[in-house]
Amino acid sequence: MNELLRATASELAGLIGAGQVSSREVTQAHLDQIEAVEPRVNAFLHVAADRALASADAVDAQRAAGEPLGPLAGVPLAMKDIFCAQGMPTTCGSRILEGWVPPYDATITSRLAEAGVVILGKTNMDEFAMGSSTENSGFFVTHNPWDNTKIPGGSGGGSAAALASFEAPLALGTDTGGSIRQPASVTGTVGVKPTYGGTSRYGVVAMASSLDTPGPCARTVLDAALLHQVIGGWDPMDSTSINAPLPDVVGAARSGDISGMRIGVVTELGGEGYAPGVEQRFAEALEALQRRGAEIVEVSCPSFDYALAAYYLIMPSEVSSNLARFDAMRYGLRVGDDGSTSAEEVMNLTRGVGFGAEAKRRIIIGTYALSAGYYDAYYGSAQKVRTLIKRDFDAAFATADVLVSPTTPTTAFTIGERVDDPLAMYKADLCTIPSNLAGNCAISVPCGLADGLPVGFQVMAPALADDRLYRVGAALEAELAAGWGGSLLDQLLGSPAGAYLEGALR
Amino acid sequence: MALTPADVARLAELARIRLTDDELSALAPQLDVILDAVAGVAEVASADVPLTSHAVPLTNVFRPDVAGPSLAAEAVLAAAPAAEDGRFRVPRILGDEQ
Amino acid sequence: MSVELYDFDQAMAEFDPVLGLEVHVELNTASKMFCSCANVFGGEPNSRTCPVCLGLPGSLPVVNAKAIESAIRIGLALNCEIAPWCRFARKNYFYPDMTKDFQTSQYDEPIAFNGWVEIEVDGEPFRIEIERAHMEEDAGKSVHVGVSGRIGDADYSLLDYNRAGTPLVEIVTKPITGTGAKAPAVAKAYVAFLRDLMLALGVSDVRMEQGSLRCDANVSLMAKGATQFGLRTETKNVNSLRSIEAALHYEIRRQAALLAGGGKVRQETRHWHEEGHTTPGRSKETAEDYRYFPEPDLVPVAPSQEWIAELRNTLPELPDRKRKRLNAEWGFADQEFADIVNAGALDLIEATVAAGASPSAGRKWWLTELARRANEAGCELAELAISPAQVAQLQALVEDGTINDKLARQVIDGVLSGEGSPAEVVAARGLAVVSDDSALAAAVDRAIAAKPDVAERIRSGKVQAVGALIGAVMQELRGQADAAKVRELVLARLS
Repeated sequence: MNELLRATASELAGLIGAGQVSSREVTQAHLDQIEAVEPRVNAFLHVAADRALASADAVDAQRAAGEPLGPLAGVPLAMKDIFCAQGMPTTCGSRILEGWVPPYDATITSRLAEAGVVILGKTNMDEFAMGSSTENSGFFVTHNPWDNTKIPGGSGGGSAAALASFEAPLALGTDTGGSIRQPASVTGTVGVKPTYGGTSRYGVVAMASSLDTPGPCARTVLDAALLHQVIGGWDPMDSTSINAPLPDVVGAARSGDISGMRIGVVTELGGEGYAPGVEQRFAEALEALQRRGAEIVEVSCPSFDYALAAYYLIMPSEVSSNLARFDAMRYGLRVGDDGSTSAEEVMNLTRGVGFGAEAKRRIIIGTYALSAGYYDAYYGSAQKVRTLIKRDFDAAFATADVLVSPTTPTTAFTIGERVDDPLAMYKADLCTIPSNLAGNCAISVPCGLADGLPVGFQVMAPALADDRLYRVGAALEAELAAGWGGSLLDQLLGSPAGAYLEGALR
Repeated sequence: MALTPADVARLAELARIRLTDDELSALAPQLDVILDAVAGVAEVASADVPLTSHAVPLTNVFRPDVAGPSLAAEAVLAAAPAAEDGRFRVPRILGDEQ
Repeated sequence: MSVELYDFDQAMAEFDPVLGLEVHVELNTASKMFCSCANVFGGEPNSRTCPVCLGLPGSLPVVNAKAIESAIRIGLALNCEIAPWCRFARKNYFYPDMTKDFQTSQYDEPIAFNGWVEIEVDGEPFRIEIERAHMEEDAGKSVHVGVSGRIGDADYSLLDYNRAGTPLVEIVTKPITGTGAKAPAVAKAYVAFLRDLMLALGVSDVRMEQGSLRCDANVSLMAKGATQFGLRTETKNVNSLRSIEAALHYEIRRQAALLAGGGKVRQETRHWHEEGHTTPGRSKETAEDYRYFPEPDLVPVAPSQEWIAELRNTLPELPDRKRKRLNAEWGFADQEFADIVNAGALDLIEATVAAGASPSAGRKWWLTELARRANEAGCELAELAISPAQVAQLQALVEDGTINDKLARQVIDGVLSGEGSPAEVVAARGLAVVSDDSALAAAVDRAIAAKPDVAERIRSGKVQAVGALIGAVMQELRGQADAAKVRELVLARLS
């Protein structure tokens, strides 16, 4: 019964579809788990219990009426609080949007509804997706389920923590510089950044428009593929979305056949600054892939050394413009309006109080980088570096089918450890940022533990070749599971550190 | 290029963010560190490198000129901090329209 | 507060004005620029908005194909080059009427650029160079609540975003030099020309009073012989063609007074007041830093050569070409034709001719009787409540003898009052000329009987005296008689 929490989304969908268990039962089990473990994990900003159960009942009714169900119908999902769902509060982890209820659905929200996926609630995140630890949330810090004193990653730490604490079998995130992949890496879960434009951004609150990519999060590669299939594809409401069919991500995940694939190790994404345990797990994962028939090659992408710098110019510039709309005039927080203060003053006061430190930092940097006289040196130059990075990727993909690296240089750091050192915090994104700048796709798959904390393995593929991520990810997952006798998270559940998670599992 | 608290204050004004004195003094050095780190992009960004503003090279994405439904006014005003006569009520505006 | 104004002619003797005109054209597309909300004037506040034009978090723009088409056609009609590839850009600034606190516009890559138009003022041609025409979106509308309803002493403001997201094309001239004292008239003629052009293209209603055509007028003065432009002011709130002329006339006088007195013109934005003066704006002196960058939510617009050629073929006969053609066809003297153009009656007369009247008849009605009415009403000819077709009908009624010129004026009264078509007004008011011969004859007899001495003079050969009898008959018949016929009858009676 509580085995429902340990089941994969794919298994749950099968059980629900066969009528062996109701979506309501599954949903209730997860709501119970949320109640049991949230005091330790703090993954959710908003739990929509009644609405979730109503959605579950609707799926059960469909099943009873003999109507066909989609491949994820009735399965619960935790949604990063950056997606608009009509009638559900959306804060983006910020005080400036506290209490805002969108009057419309994101395209992805609509697709989930059509697919019968049950939304459990909204998960915590770094404010407006800015951060690598979820410590920048305006509300509270989420704890890594593996070790509650550690960060769950960011900006999508809530979604990753929800998966790793078995509060949900599926989750949604957005990845702008690594915000899906890095949390996946430090929580031992799977996170995918699809090809930019492969998933609709309509209804997803914008951080950096040319980099933001909504993506699927799960505990297994197949589950992520199934979710990718549901949410992906062209959207006429998003001018930057790609009008082409999705590659067969589910087929690739089921196959996992990588014999003959060339796997390129990126020289620049390793070495100094990378924790030894991370590099060891990475090397072992390469061996695992070789056992499955892949060929390992070395590639060099020299411009990757400039990726972090380019990112921290382009992203804040777009952020400074995207966040301007939070001006206290039409929605959100309004502070300082005593009937005589001016609109300009109310804007100043509201934004001063409503935004957190990191958000302010990035808005100021972005304002500077775009300002008259500085554009060419900063934003303009950064956009050129983007071209160089793309060229390096193109050259590398000529010699390798996928590129690989550790997802992030370290395992989960301690809460509070890097809050006062922005640059140290930014370095968590070293490996993930290049793919955002180039717009291609990437996945993080668990590849082991170092000092008891999860390590993530990143696979990168060319734009529109998302299926390769799942092929390689599935191969690695299977090969490692064979060695471990189960998944990485099974190891958490089996250990004293994970005892609290069994609370509702029993 | 060292940023003074005065520079930061000017940028904050442009961004309509009221920063406290503590924030101003704390931010200036932090921003300096970041700006130093990112200034390197100018070195590699030579004149012959074209810029990329979009990862995937799409052009001419249009929609047909057909009118569709709008949101109901109540839904639009539901989130307003203040409303009057079906309009958003905002404090007195100092600047002129552009 | 009295502002010193230089004598205009004196100003023109000492200075050369340089003009810059920015005209915004609101397109008449069915939907808005970046969303499918209906593009309609008016309506309940905030009833024509959606997440996109409201700039709600998560919303994204999608470009209206028709707006691009219209922008290209406008560019072609202005003899511009059309960019083979261009992008939208964000113009970042905070203002409550801007839902995103940035405007999606175009910056250094306008869709059309380097064009020109030729206009005429009192027969003198002027070539106006066009810097660019670009696409952008409109902001919402604010109502300022306070003592005067003006922004300066408002306690608060109310925002309606129905207009937010409406497609606009902004047309910017290069500096216009060499106009001398005609500068205000040139500006007015240029905007009138643009208006006619937009109407011909069918891309906008271009009604200045409704805001679908807006003009910001820039002017600076250069001392005669100087090589550098002076500092310019930009005047907003010029809501009619007359205002453009008046505002520039005023600004020239104001700037000349400043400069002649050894002072400096402040580079600033000013506000035109219909009472006849401008006042400075309230914004800071430092120029706003808009931090333009390419709009990342939109992809480049790259019209193909084929598409541009297709659109070029859809262009109607452009106004200046039409002018030359009609001038040749109608055969008026140059000054007469110039009068027609200056009165804004060209299209009206053309339509009247198309409806069956002769060019001279068309000119007669539009430039005399109707022009007088327009003047009295303080409106443009095109705004009178009578159509060219109706004017043609009127002329036909005169030509076939149903009414005469004098009665026609009363018919015009009726049509302008909304009583119906000319024929309907004639019937309803009973204005038809008396055609019944016996009735006429009876009236003639009565007139002769009433003035026997006049009748006697006529009988004895003093035919000139017939006027008094004709007058008497016309008076009795309230003008509803053909004077020539009455004369005939009187003379026949008395011979």
